[in-house]
Amino acid sequence: MSRPSNSLRQPLAKARGLGSAKEGSGHFITQRVTAIALLFLLPWLIISMIKAHVQHGWEAAALWLNMPWNAVPAALFIVAAFTHMQAGMQVVIEDYIGKTWTRALLLILNTFVALAVAVIALHAILKVSSWV
Amino acid sequence: MAEGGSAAAVKKAGAPERPLSPHLQVWRWHATMWTSILHRATGIGLYGGAIFFTLWLVSVSLGPQIYGVSSSLIGSPVGQIVLWAILFCACFHILSGLRHLVWDVGFGFKKQTASFWSVVIVLGAIAMTAGLYVWVASAPPPPPQFGGMPIQ
Repeated sequence: MSRPSNSLRQPLAKARGLGSAKEGSGHFITQRVTAIALLFLLPWLIISMIKAHVQHGWEAAALWLNMPWNAVPAALFIVAAFTHMQAGMQVVIEDYIGKTWTRALLLILNTFVALAVAVIALHAILKVSSWV
Repeated sequence: MAEGGSAAAVKKAGAPERPLSPHLQVWRWHATMWTSILHRATGIGLYGGAIFFTLWLVSVSLGPQIYGVSSSLIGSPVGQIVLWAILFCACFHILSGLRHLVWDVGFGFKKQTASFWSVVIVLGAIAMTAGLYVWVASAPPPPPQFGGMPIQ
């Protein structure tokens, strides 16, 4: 941190370009905001499915998912849940996996799996929603 | 360095015991530690739970035959254990996550408060899961067949 006393160069010049990218808190905030959404969406999902007797056969399940007031919150749940779990699993991987390559591979895999499964779920919801 | 070392050794003889840094073998388990580990474990469990829910959604979208297969899988003993484990993870992660949000705002950090709520959260999650189980088990018989649901 010390600089020669005879230098006229400001320490700022050394710091420029190496500092905060202004997104250090982005991950933290994403995790919390999706958590607040899921605090409502997950209990709704469980209670709504039990009330609809989805375990009693395909008709009950399809009718439940066909209703827009079920399909839309279910889709919101998918978006919030997969964002939240991608962020959460990222922290777990960063905490426990030290090897650079293994860590990088798992982080990429985590992102791909979360995105792929979310899109598959949304596709299924939209497909059932399209039945008139 | 040698002088400092011997001075420390002399001081050690009469001085009170210093706290040790955390280590697996000298670490006393306490409630907040359990909930911290459980929060992470249930979070990983819910990762599987979200994939499980997605497979269920896909089975609904594939029609009655495939839904019959997924229903009988979930209805099997292993399927039931998986399902209720996921629901326990959900109950615990919701309660514990709520407390994390309260912590984020800056409340509940006193040692006794944190320990107290840790026990409440664990017992609450067990009670919530049991409540859901009783609700589902005591549900009335299947409702009459739904009419007016055109098949695809």
